[in-house]
Amino acid sequence: MTRLKNLFATQWGIITVGILIGAFATLLQKLGNPANMGICVACFERDIAGAIGLHRAGVVQYIRPEIIGFVLGSLAAAYMAKDFRARTGSAPVVRFVLGVFAMIGALVFLGCPWRALLRLAGGDANAILGLLGLAAGVWIGTLFLKKGYSLGRTQATHAASGWIFPLIMLGLLMLLILYPGIEGEPKNNIIFYSVKGPGAMYAPLIVSLGIGLLIGVMAQRSRFCTMGALRDLILFKQTHLFLGITALVVSALIFNIIYGQFHPGFENQPIAHSLHFWNAAGMVLAGLAFALAGGCPGRQLILSGEGDGDAAIFVIGMIAGAAFSHNFGLASSPKGIGPNGAAAVIIGLAVCLLIGFTMRKRT
Amino acid sequence: MIDIIDARGLSCPQPVLMTLDKIKSDDKREFIVIVDTVTSRENILRAANSKGWKPADMQTNGEEYKITLKKK
Repeated sequence: MTRLKNLFATQWGIITVGILIGAFATLLQKLGNPANMGICVACFERDIAGAIGLHRAGVVQYIRPEIIGFVLGSLAAAYMAKDFRARTGSAPVVRFVLGVFAMIGALVFLGCPWRALLRLAGGDANAILGLLGLAAGVWIGTLFLKKGYSLGRTQATHAASGWIFPLIMLGLLMLLILYPGIEGEPKNNIIFYSVKGPGAMYAPLIVSLGIGLLIGVMAQRSRFCTMGALRDLILFKQTHLFLGITALVVSALIFNIIYGQFHPGFENQPIAHSLHFWNAAGMVLAGLAFALAGGCPGRQLILSGEGDGDAAIFVIGMIAGAAFSHNFGLASSPKGIGPNGAAAVIIGLAVCLLIGFTMRKRT
Repeated sequence: MIDIIDARGLSCPQPVLMTLDKIKSDDKREFIVIVDTVTSRENILRAANSKGWKPADMQTNGEEYKITLKKK
């Protein structure tokens, strides 16, 4: 494992992981996942929130096995490499709030950074606005970091505490397996299933779960992070993680062309809108929240798997944020932004700035 | 007395920022960083290496890593 670990942490390691994520994501699209959404951590957590009834947007309800796979794959990899560290206590409630607004911002754009990259690789030019917004949000975050922004130290805790979130994921997997969807029915006696819309589009369970597990292992070993890629580039001029996301885009682009999934342009892109300002603004909010919380949504799932209770709280915040987004009319749709989406972005930015300005380490 | 940077329990990228600040501000050619995750250890070694510093010594008790960095 030591040799394997070193391999993944090298420059070629991170590039290989990027290539494989791009390949797997486009394959998932080919096998049934929504277009340009082979993997979208924000969208898939939103679908999980819908499946357990936290929101009732009928078109986005499905327990996505990819999310479960990321966490459990990371758990397994962390144990194999003796990397599992149960830890928590670094301002959990702040991380919850950051998770909520990260999700609200991502759902105004319609995608997490992973999906922004996949949308770009599918030819969706609106993703460029989203990625510019993301970079701007992360840049604001780096200014706070330079000024000493910190949510404080974590504490080591019981190993069992680090298992709680992976066990929640296992519980969701049990629900999915024991209570499968009934053809044409929006609900069995426990969980919700979309009968149409993106929530009704998914690759076979075993494939989604398998790919999720594989990516979970690889992302844990390589520390793949989309927000970190931009942050390290801005803050340290370091290109290590950036090479990983570049590889993802190039790989996904090539596979999209092979599969006939590449459709360049701004208009009529799948599960996307063309309001340039809000595509960017949503991701400014999300990028700032990710930077203040120390990782993109994918990375937070991986950290949750390796025992980081604060990352788990961020993820739970994102799931709650998805519920708020759909219950309060904040989330966008292909028709445009939600009726209250603009207000939520402004409030979210104000809250994130307040957190950034007030939470500095005492010197 | 060798300076010690305690970056235990801090999330990314604070351990790296602290290390780079020390490298920038310090006239000494050696200091110690303590971290508690492998990720932080890797990030610090990568950042230090890019500034022309290298690990002279690395100790671990299985939960923490004590890295002694030296200017090349």
